[in-house]
Amino acid sequence: MSAAVQKTGMLGTIRRSVAWRALATIKGGVAGGFLLLVVLGAIFAPVLTPYDYDIQALTNAFQPPSLAHPMGTDEFGRDVLTRILYGARTSLSVSVVAISISLVFGMTLGAAAGYFGGRFDRMVMVVVDLTWSFPEILVALMLVAIIGPGVTGTLVAICVAYLAQFTRLTRSQVMALKSETYVEAARGLGASHAFILFRHLLPNCLGPVLVAGMLATGDAIILEATLGFFGLGAQPPTPSWGGMMSSGSGLLFKGPWIILFPGLCIALTVVAINLFGDVLLAKLDIRDRLRVV
Amino acid sequence: MLGYVTRRVLMLVPVFFAVSVVIFSMIHMLPGDPIENLLRVGSSPAQREALTAKYGLDRPLVEQYLLWMSNVLTGDLGTAIVQRRPVAQLVAQALPYSLSLGGLALCFSTVLGVVVGTIAASWRGSWLDQGLMGGVLFGSMLPNFWIGLLMILVFSVSLGWTPVSGARGWESLVLPVLTIGLGGTALVARVTRIAMIDTQGKDFVLLLHAKGVHPLTIQVRHVLRHALIPVVTILALRIGWILGGAVTVEVVFARPGLGSLLIKSLNQHDYPVVQASLLILAMAVMLGTLMGDLLQAAMDPRFRDSLT
Repeated sequence: MSAAVQKTGMLGTIRRSVAWRALATIKGGVAGGFLLLVVLGAIFAPVLTPYDYDIQALTNAFQPPSLAHPMGTDEFGRDVLTRILYGARTSLSVSVVAISISLVFGMTLGAAAGYFGGRFDRMVMVVVDLTWSFPEILVALMLVAIIGPGVTGTLVAICVAYLAQFTRLTRSQVMALKSETYVEAARGLGASHAFILFRHLLPNCLGPVLVAGMLATGDAIILEATLGFFGLGAQPPTPSWGGMMSSGSGLLFKGPWIILFPGLCIALTVVAINLFGDVLLAKLDIRDRLRVV
Repeated sequence: MLGYVTRRVLMLVPVFFAVSVVIFSMIHMLPGDPIENLLRVGSSPAQREALTAKYGLDRPLVEQYLLWMSNVLTGDLGTAIVQRRPVAQLVAQALPYSLSLGGLALCFSTVLGVVVGTIAASWRGSWLDQGLMGGVLFGSMLPNFWIGLLMILVFSVSLGWTPVSGARGWESLVLPVLTIGLGGTALVARVTRIAMIDTQGKDFVLLLHAKGVHPLTIQVRHVLRHALIPVVTILALRIGWILGGAVTVEVVFARPGLGSLLIKSLNQHDYPVVQASLLILAMAVMLGTLMGDLLQAAMDPRFRDSLT
């Protein structure tokens, strides 16, 4: 028991220091700083803005950016910046939660398939490869069609769309690691399968899989926004970045700022996630291990 | 090779079966009575009976699936509920718009990607290499519907060069093709660059240099030709992904293609159309992957053994 605590403690220290080292580079610092800013903005939205995200003031509609409304107002007179801050809550939490669930399932499936092999492995891979060969947006649309539009549909859609990637990655990592001498030694000492999987194999493939998960979160934000843009994501009045652009796309002439700023926000966030992931990859020196195919 | 082609084509059968089952089950997994979703407000019980019988919903599931499948295979995709027309007709109308957009976008991203990759590989490590590769990578990270909207804003609204939306003539194709193409460029450029750098180190390139052949001739006539093999494979594999991108971009530009049809039907709960367009899109992706694998097998015999 105490050994386990010590082990996770040590692992935690290593990962924390890598994150700090990544933040210390210029690229990582700017990207990480921006991400922190977005997250803080989402958390403290009620404190940061005097406006409400869904109270309409039609006399105030289509105000171009000004001091009172730094990003203008939309077709219902709602402050765009306020809606972006509240929208970040929906967009970020849906993407992060969906990817986390997908990671847990993908790692479990992939580790089991890679470790045990045989018929179970083949069965898992047949199912996983089914979604792997299709573009994420198509898989997501199929699921939203089944489950129905809204936050739940989006969540499940993102989960399933990225499951194949995480399963394949974990499986290939575990397959490469399971013939290492230390695994054979553990087996020789009579360790159980679960012990080998959880104490030796999974901690060793955590780095690449977590970074892949982080990079996928960037894609998931775009996927969530795309579904929102189609009107299939979070339903009004809940603000989401994609949903804001959906209603704004018909108003391109009257108020281009209504779509300009949410889009910029998505773009910057995704680029920041990719940059930070890239720095992490370089610092952890695992770029080669991320090849999935 | 013939053996490989047969095996590879046969592999499509279970995938097609699985995809069709998922798409078929859509109508049954909707919350509530599927007929309730299909009926319009204020329909009579007789209409309900008729609809139930029409979709064969009173029969066992397996029988329903077989009926649906045999109809699909004979080209009968059912009737659209909201639009009240044969689904096959709607799909046939939309398909050319998607194919022309996808095809042109594929060509555009290939040409741009190969050019960028070649330049980057030729001046490897310079600011030109880093700037170009960084630029296309940045472009590929942005959400493509946002790029589309920005392009409309700049080229249609401000400059008035191209039509805002719709599908009148070739002008309306320019912006959608640019939007999808830019997203696909990064991958092509990266593959081209790496393959060329790989080839540049080969002995025959050294020999060409020793013979005094002009470096530019070496790059274009010899190195690029060698490097194109992986590029062709990647491209064929990307056909499906280009179609996926087309779904989004069609909606942005209000182009009446398969993507617009799918999203419109999804929002209208017109499920026969949703089923048909998803099935067609999935089939297009499968055919794209098939072409990619066959091309790779044709060019690289080692690849044929990878399938057992």
